[in-house]
Amino acid sequence: MVYALLISVFVIASCGLVYELIAGTLASYLLGDSVMYFSTIIGTYLFAMGVGSYLSRFIGKSLVARFIRIELMVGIVGGSSAAVLFLVFAYLESFKLILYAQVVVVGILVGLEIPLLLRILKDKLQFKDLVSQVLTFDYLGALAVSLLFPLILAPRLGLVRTCFFFGILNVVVAIWATFLFRDQLPRVYSLRTQCAVLLIALAAGFAYGERLTTFAEENLYADEIIFAKSSAYQRIVLTRWKDDIRLFLNSHLQFSSNDEYRYHEALVHPGMQALQSPRRILILGGGDGLALREILKYPSVDSVTLVDLDPEMTRLFAGNELLRKLNADSLHSPKLKIVNADAFVWLNQTADVFDFAVVDFPDPTNYALGKLYTTAFYQTLQRHLNQHGSAAIQATSPLYARQSYWCIVRTVESVGLHAAPYHVYVPSFGEWGYVIASKTPYLPPAVSVPGLKFLSTPVLMGLFEFPPDMSRIDTEINRLNNQVLVRYYESEWQQVSQ
Amino acid sequence: MTRRELLLAGVGLAAGCAKGNTRRITGSFVGASYEIGHLLRGGNIPPSSREEQVPVVIVGGGVAGLSAGWKLARDGFENFQILELESEVGGNARSGQNGVSAYPWGAHYVPLPGKHAVHVRELFKELGVIIGESENGEPIYKDEFLCFDPQERLYLNGRWQDGLIPSVGTTHQDHDDFERFRDIVEGYRRRGEFTIPMEFSTRNPDLMRLDSMSIRDFLEEHNVNSPALHWYVNYACRDDYGCNYADVSAWAGIHYFASRDIDETTVLTWPEGNGWIVKRLREKLAPHIRTGSLVFHVAQNGVDVYDVREKVSTNIRAEHVIFASPTYLAKRIVENPPSVDEFQYAPWLVANLTLERLPEQRAGVPLAWDNVIYASESLGYVVATHQSLRTYQPETVLTYYYPLTGSSPAADRQRLLETDWQTWVDFILADLSKPHPEIRNIVQNVDIMRWGHAMIRPRPGFIWSEARQKLTKPFGKIHFAHSDLSGFSIFEEAQYRGVVAAERVLKRL
Repeated sequence: MVYALLISVFVIASCGLVYELIAGTLASYLLGDSVMYFSTIIGTYLFAMGVGSYLSRFIGKSLVARFIRIELMVGIVGGSSAAVLFLVFAYLESFKLILYAQVVVVGILVGLEIPLLLRILKDKLQFKDLVSQVLTFDYLGALAVSLLFPLILAPRLGLVRTCFFFGILNVVVAIWATFLFRDQLPRVYSLRTQCAVLLIALAAGFAYGERLTTFAEENLYADEIIFAKSSAYQRIVLTRWKDDIRLFLNSHLQFSSNDEYRYHEALVHPGMQALQSPRRILILGGGDGLALREILKYPSVDSVTLVDLDPEMTRLFAGNELLRKLNADSLHSPKLKIVNADAFVWLNQTADVFDFAVVDFPDPTNYALGKLYTTAFYQTLQRHLNQHGSAAIQATSPLYARQSYWCIVRTVESVGLHAAPYHVYVPSFGEWGYVIASKTPYLPPAVSVPGLKFLSTPVLMGLFEFPPDMSRIDTEINRLNNQVLVRYYESEWQQVSQ
Repeated sequence: MTRRELLLAGVGLAAGCAKGNTRRITGSFVGASYEIGHLLRGGNIPPSSREEQVPVVIVGGGVAGLSAGWKLARDGFENFQILELESEVGGNARSGQNGVSAYPWGAHYVPLPGKHAVHVRELFKELGVIIGESENGEPIYKDEFLCFDPQERLYLNGRWQDGLIPSVGTTHQDHDDFERFRDIVEGYRRRGEFTIPMEFSTRNPDLMRLDSMSIRDFLEEHNVNSPALHWYVNYACRDDYGCNYADVSAWAGIHYFASRDIDETTVLTWPEGNGWIVKRLREKLAPHIRTGSLVFHVAQNGVDVYDVREKVSTNIRAEHVIFASPTYLAKRIVENPPSVDEFQYAPWLVANLTLERLPEQRAGVPLAWDNVIYASESLGYVVATHQSLRTYQPETVLTYYYPLTGSSPAADRQRLLETDWQTWVDFILADLSKPHPEIRNIVQNVDIMRWGHAMIRPRPGFIWSEARQKLTKPFGKIHFAHSDLSGFSIFEEAQYRGVVAAERVLKRL
């Protein structure tokens, strides 16, 4: 009996520590600033444990039943804590509140555990042995989990499942206790039924926790997933490693916060700087608000229409504090009109005409996306640019997908637009290509926007030079009825990935 | 929660799963007014109690009738009426529409018109389908109307392959036979002996003799025996003519391949198929169109027509009648009719299936416009949303085509009309579940159109028969105008016959 209880001490000590570690890890993954969050979470947790220890004096009778109930509560609140935090992460304002509330509740419950156990064991051991043995197992449990967590649990199971796993351990201790103390427990069957229900719930959480951030998915991404959601249109995944936040749509990298300024400055400014006070702007794709952030650096702009298919994207990037910092809150600009619609269909129907358009679609990985790079699309785009207007088009990599890149250039030219091809090096993407499609011939302008991290006048001039390994090659024109681009793209990227 | 509740919850969950498997598919038979048509046979139509005078009456508002009207109006003649039995014009090119997409009920594409198809080119210029001319004088088409890539795929040996010519698992002999067949066809094509409209084809006795045998016999005579090739040619015959290739004239069979550029497989298509053209023509001709009008008597000096809504018959005195209904109807309604017994028709079933999501992508190439299942009795299906510009289009409508070629046309027609809706749905889903095992779970609605006399059968001997050729000439003041007169049912022929009839009338007025 004594040893059984000491093993329980070992288990609950490890559980207690794991919830604290998970809260700290999750907060620093999701919010950054790990020193701040680890420190405040440990402090809050220890304080809450103190509160729990203090409150233990108010528990008089039926110690064992209370202990079992506390185990069950720790199991469910602690065990589901990581899952709950992931689910509420998109709505950050309540996130911190829920984080600290969890830490306090779990801390208090864990703080109650050891004093209660000491009292349960007090008649079975001498006081000095009692204190020495219980505390020994308590610290051993802490050691075990502090080693297992970073080395095995977090990388193998992921945070959500690790959390459910320890919740299950708490419930198992409770179930064990119902057998150890069956003589002292009234209504033992009712207690066991509660245990069984919670065990099933946590096991289900453990099994389906994968859906939240799947084990397979975590293997897919190098970094820890901080947000994952399947919208009606796509799988949106955000990962974080130190300060680098990455967005993946259907597991294709969209940006890395470390170098996205290169991509977005190059996407927007070469075109915008060449225009005289552009006022009406169109952004197709780009629901992350990052291209918009660059557009809003021009005081002449008085309206921006952003068309992104997925409302979940614009909602996420307009709502989440972390992402709002990244896009400088651009999605809340009073100049902005967000349209959640299919870009081609919308453009066909609208009567609006623009001075500048940012065309930032996903790469032409399939026939559906391939339509957005066809003569039919560029003809439609052309109709919606004013007589001096232009558009900057993301056009995949001229190095890895050289034929695809030049196919886009040729297709733009084939509808009677001037095409100015240029490229830039974005570390997370590699060499990346763009085309400025304009109604009048394009001349590279001087850079006058202040505060850019990448572009300057001499840098901009250099972007239009193509070294021999990615210089122009002959391609066909991409049309709706041949979709050659999708075929080029598929064969070229297949070679890269081999 | 007690253990009892837990158990009950479990039972509920299981019941929920079971329920999910037997979801209800809605739908019905639609279209073709058999009841009204049968009034003709029953003799329950009141005699005409009103009189009207209309210089030119067009009987039938399918593509031939609409094209006749289009030609008359284009030449400035406005004094005509188009009488259509159904509640809407279009005939075989009719279309439907639901919350997901517009979709065809029959004809669903037009190949790029060649240089002989001048009226088609003219119409397409007028409708904005042809938007210009290249330096060498070839038409430039509006991108949105050319069939998007990928156009066709074939389900063979458990995977989808690109194009309809079987390639996966075929042998050297198959390959050689395809080459040989290609050479034969290419020879005819280069000499320009087979044209669209077929009226301009060479009247060379050697070629006309091809009409006396079936295309299957022709293949065997040339020692082209590859099963894959035989399947392919049979498929083409069933697709364009609604007949098994053993019942198709070799002349018609070769015409299918040799009348077009063999490498130019691009076609013009719209979500509602040729219904798009019908809608445009209907807009232009609206004041001339009278639907719900059952013509029950056609004479040299006019027609008698029964108004289905008002239940009144009217005698319309006319100088000329363009008879643009299926030709076999002449026997029932034309006074002193010419012989039309040689005109035989294939029955078809066309179903439109509304899907809550696209079929899963399995082995092989992705969903195309035309999706064919090798060795299936059906012709496969066409995707109505294929021409959508959307990048995200999970729901769709599939148009499923099934020409009944099992036995004689009369027996097949009887089977078509007597089989109930549920049995047809089960038949269709069983066929589609070969490539798409999940089809039952994603179909929401199946509407079925039964075409008893869907299209003329170009059986051996018919193309150059006296009976057919006679009707291409005026019959007094009645002018026959229908693709039946060409021996096969395609848009270009229907339009040609309509336009030619209109030209004759214009000349004589």
